[in-house]
Amino acid sequence: MAIAVALILIVAGSVLFHLASPWWTTPLASNWGSIDGMLQLTLLITGGFFVVLNAFLVWTLLRYRHRERGPNVVRSPGELHAAYRPDNKRLERMLIIGTAVGIAALLAPGLFVYAEYVRPPEGALVMEVLGQQWKWAYRFAGADGRFGGVDPRFVGASNPLGLDPKDAAGVDDLIVPGDEVHVPLGRPVKVLLRSNDVLHDFYVPPFRARMNIVPGTVTSFWFTPTVTGRFEVLCAQLCGVGHYNMRGFVVVDQPAAFDRWLAAQTTFAAVQHLATAVATATPANADPLVARGQALAQSKGCTACHTIDGSTGVGPTWKGLLGKTERFADGSSARLDANALRHDIREPAARVAQGFAPVMPKTELSDAELDALIAYIGAQGGAAASR
Amino acid sequence: MAQTLHADTALAHGAPHAPQSFLTRYVWSQDHKVIAVQYSCIAIFTGMVGLVLSDLMRLQLGFPGVFAFIDAARYYQFVTMHGMIMVIYLLTALFLGGFGNYLIPLMVGARDMVFPYLNMLSVWVFLLAVIVLMASFFAPGGPTGAGWTLYPPQVIMPGTPGHDWGIILMLVSLLIFIVATTMGGLNYVTTVLQLRCQGMTLMRMPLSVWGIFTATILALLAFPALFVSGVMLLLDKTLGSSFFMPAMVSLGQATGYRGGSPLLFQHLFWFFGHPEVYIIALPAFGVVSDLISVHARKAIFGYRMMVWAILAIGVLSVVVWAHHMFVSGMNLYFGFFFATTTLIIAVPTAIKVYNWLLTLWRGDIHLTVPMLFALAFICTFINGGLTGLFLGNVSVDIPLSGSYFVVAHFHMVMAVSPILVVFGGIYHWYPKVSGRMLNDTIGKWHFWITFLGTYAIYFPMHYLGIMGMPRRYYAYDGYQFIPPTAQSLNAFITIAALIVGVGQLLFIANLLWSWFHGAKADPNPWRAASLEWQTPQTPPAHLNWGDELPVVHRWAYAYSVPGAREDFIAQNAPPEDGGDEPEQAAPPRRKERAR
Repeated sequence: MAIAVALILIVAGSVLFHLASPWWTTPLASNWGSIDGMLQLTLLITGGFFVVLNAFLVWTLLRYRHRERGPNVVRSPGELHAAYRPDNKRLERMLIIGTAVGIAALLAPGLFVYAEYVRPPEGALVMEVLGQQWKWAYRFAGADGRFGGVDPRFVGASNPLGLDPKDAAGVDDLIVPGDEVHVPLGRPVKVLLRSNDVLHDFYVPPFRARMNIVPGTVTSFWFTPTVTGRFEVLCAQLCGVGHYNMRGFVVVDQPAAFDRWLAAQTTFAAVQHLATAVATATPANADPLVARGQALAQSKGCTACHTIDGSTGVGPTWKGLLGKTERFADGSSARLDANALRHDIREPAARVAQGFAPVMPKTELSDAELDALIAYIGAQGGAAASR
Repeated sequence: MAQTLHADTALAHGAPHAPQSFLTRYVWSQDHKVIAVQYSCIAIFTGMVGLVLSDLMRLQLGFPGVFAFIDAARYYQFVTMHGMIMVIYLLTALFLGGFGNYLIPLMVGARDMVFPYLNMLSVWVFLLAVIVLMASFFAPGGPTGAGWTLYPPQVIMPGTPGHDWGIILMLVSLLIFIVATTMGGLNYVTTVLQLRCQGMTLMRMPLSVWGIFTATILALLAFPALFVSGVMLLLDKTLGSSFFMPAMVSLGQATGYRGGSPLLFQHLFWFFGHPEVYIIALPAFGVVSDLISVHARKAIFGYRMMVWAILAIGVLSVVVWAHHMFVSGMNLYFGFFFATTTLIIAVPTAIKVYNWLLTLWRGDIHLTVPMLFALAFICTFINGGLTGLFLGNVSVDIPLSGSYFVVAHFHMVMAVSPILVVFGGIYHWYPKVSGRMLNDTIGKWHFWITFLGTYAIYFPMHYLGIMGMPRRYYAYDGYQFIPPTAQSLNAFITIAALIVGVGQLLFIANLLWSWFHGAKADPNPWRAASLEWQTPQTPPAHLNWGDELPVVHRWAYAYSVPGAREDFIAQNAPPEDGGDEPEQAAPPRRKERAR
């Protein structure tokens, strides 16, 4: 009867696991309590079915298991043996009706919640999210309340979102190039989702609401933040080797603080102006070796962890890295010349920069590829970069 | 039904495809039984590769960074190849090519498939598909790492491992596989429709045949969608067409693509992909019904309802595909329709569960190894089926989509459940295939490790998903909403997965050892009523039935019929033995009332 005991343990264990589990939904931070409610309702109904069906199975096993009593022939009536009961139309009908009612009880409220989900409220704050391998950027409509047109052919180092420079509506758009965006507490936010490369998914677990990002089209969803704080953004649609490291943050502010933050953001026009100034000062990637290194950095997934703008990612930024004197976790320090970098890329676990987790994987690179990568790192400035 | 021309001509003309030598008997064989074994061996071998890949990816998740050779790119390649191998090259091939080939002719009383030569081609083309698939491990850049769903654009873009040779070999292998499945599938459908022996009406067929038959029809309808999307993706990759590729940049570089739709691929993929779930599940439903009935010595409860449920599920399965795409960015209003169809499909599925339970009820339950696997299937399938109600109901799906809840759900319902039936089926029919019994003790060890192990792997995983842990992540460090305890749970799951993985060696060892040293099997060791156990020889000889085709007088579930000499009546026993199917017996309802 081990199987009956095992089934009892499985059912009891599952229920106990559920009750004792420290793993459950993250604390809700949006208006989508109705989604959590549906989760609870579904859990209740399906949990009931789970226990009842398994209990019936256990009872059947205990009651009707075969017991050895002589040869395997039909015995006298009344003795325990299998019944001949090939069907029972009435019982089958009742089970069908009962199941259909249970299913309807799940579906109907679920669709009511969903009807809310597909209709964003009037007057919502519109925010655009751009997913790109493997980072986030954001845009607000600016003073005119209209987003400028976009096209992937405009994407460039100074225009990561691909705004049309000739579209007047885009001039005052506010560009948030980093991974962090702010939204105001208590106001519905309609999120427009866009990608210039591959599929992504803008997922903030405490908000519950989310949507895939599809290049070539604009998708959207809406939510109302109900708790202030800083929430992690995850990509939840496989987008390549750096997928797991495509992090961002949504900061929910009091409305006044949000207004101040928004006012401090740069318009597209200002970004363009700045970029032109920089571009004339330093010619971009003229060196083919550097260009090759850039492609490698992206295709090997390096950029998922290493930024080139000086901000700290999972790993140290590459800005100014070459020639820098780095402190390591074991307390030692050393100057990172090209050979040291080569060694560190080949043997990432050998020594780890202070303040960073030892998570860098070994990456297969030929010597030529490694040279290109070092050249690209060197092109991000630093003491040894002037060579 | 009618004696068939094919079988009798075959016999009269000295059986043109009768085996002449070792080579034609065991290698280039046109005998459905040999082809079934060939299909099964190739599928199980490929499945072992898939199993190793799953344990490798679990090593990374359970002990991140400890195994340095599993870098992010390799991890995604393991995930992708594991998924594709298990769904297509193990389960689909094993149920249709293995079980279908072996059981259909024997269960319907035919001498072989309608097109034996095509059948032989099918298995060799399948082998070619596997070879091409395996070749991608050795191709420059390795196999594709885009996830088994192969979503464009990333599947053919730098930034995804194996975006060059890996994906080309994967697509070519799939196209070859579909050719093999089509050749086999045409055979299975035609054989069921044309080669049933006298008296074998459709409503007397064992549910195994019904399940495999319906699944094959689904396969013939669904695989073309995968075929065309595979060809289109291949053109996008090699010729630069833009079926699925919008205007886009790739890692900062402009591309020449323009105007394609990534969502089109998802629709085509899931138009294949959801029926695919039932291509695996329906044969499992059928086989487990037979296992339960035989080993509980009781007629399957509500046979007609079971047949209609299989057909209803088959029909509904082609109108639910977009429940995989609730948050894909498709028109949001589709969600209403697909949530409704998806939840409706739960009704016929629930009927099947009830009828399995009601077959056991008041039965004479023999806890043999096949029965243990069948019981484990019921438990696992109840769990996996119920979690489907979370994901099918669109509003509950929104936060759970793409999380570990999904991984747990589909592994429970379409990985563990069917594979438990595969094991049960192999323990059940192995004596007929080989003439020897599988070892019972090893079988029980294998059972307990597999059943309890897989439950330990997948039940806790739901909770990681509810917490919001996304699937297809190489590592989770630095995410603050994930508590450190989640890592301990992941380590636990990995240990369970390793035990289950190693446990499967018991099964392989049992298969091999018993083939040579197992106890000699009776022709009908489980005392089953269906036709495949009534062959004149065990294992059945070429053309199965000797000189005379069997004649069937009743359904396949005449167990414990009151007044019968034994607790089963074979389908081909003389008509005076009784045991007719319920519709032909005395009005059943009055009898019930009398009790």
